[in-house]
Amino acid sequence: MIWSYLYSIIFYTSCGITAVATLLMISRHNAVHALLYLIVSSLSLAIIFYLLGAAFAAALEVIVYAGAVMILFVFVVMMLNQGQRSAAQEQAWLPARGWIIPALLAAILFVLLLLGMSSDQPLQPYGVHGVAVKEVGVALFGPYVLVVELASFLLLSGLIGAFHIARKMPSHMDSSPLEEPDHG
Amino acid sequence: MDSQYIDHAMILAGLLFCLGLVGVMVRRNLLFMMISIEVMLNAAGLAFIAAGSAWGQPEGQIMFLAVITLGAAEVAVGLGLTLLLFRHHNNVNVDHLNLLRG
Repeated sequence: MIWSYLYSIIFYTSCGITAVATLLMISRHNAVHALLYLIVSSLSLAIIFYLLGAAFAAALEVIVYAGAVMILFVFVVMMLNQGQRSAAQEQAWLPARGWIIPALLAAILFVLLLLGMSSDQPLQPYGVHGVAVKEVGVALFGPYVLVVELASFLLLSGLIGAFHIARKMPSHMDSSPLEEPDHG
Repeated sequence: MDSQYIDHAMILAGLLFCLGLVGVMVRRNLLFMMISIEVMLNAAGLAFIAAGSAWGQPEGQIMFLAVITLGAAEVAVGLGLTLLLFRHHNNVNVDHLNLLRG
């Protein structure tokens, strides 16, 4: 019955939701709506990761993409819309038709999550080999410790670079080569 | 080690990558281009995870960690550049970045 097809149902529904959410995301005109679809896409991708036996990667996908990266995007969207038009924009941002479809997709994902949690046998079909967190950790800090070091370099340079690029220049030394006489 | 799920996850990864590529190519808003780049990185991560699950090896998830770190660093620097572009041009259209015309 339905339980024997449970894995297929959850897997293919998640695949469909990921594709639909991404397609809707790249066709939005409003940044906040696109971000809502990106969150749904990340969450359904996390379910796919979990079904492929990578529970650690699924947790990271939710924490880093649907959490941290999204916060960065939302902050920048807010900073890009200062001024007098921001209030009107705030109202225009989230009409019901803007969030009803992402909410619907997320509700389907929630149903899938409940379905997956309600099965008593592990969701692991033939041919998909799950990799536990312990194996990942042992390999990461054993033969692949260079990846950890490179990641630390990368994150530190990203932090310093973002701080340097995005800081506000004092007005008397604001003469970076990006500035051009206004013709547009 | 063959499994239809691995194959279909790979197909989904290709589809997501193409969608992200289309997003980068058709949008001129720097914010949307960065969101599309995130989608492409996600697709690469999905391909790594699927390959790791096909072989039962932890390397797939380790490479996914590397990809996700790269994505976080990229989005921090890229959004800083977006803020800089907005401060200088008062919009985030990449077509305004034409001072270096070759």
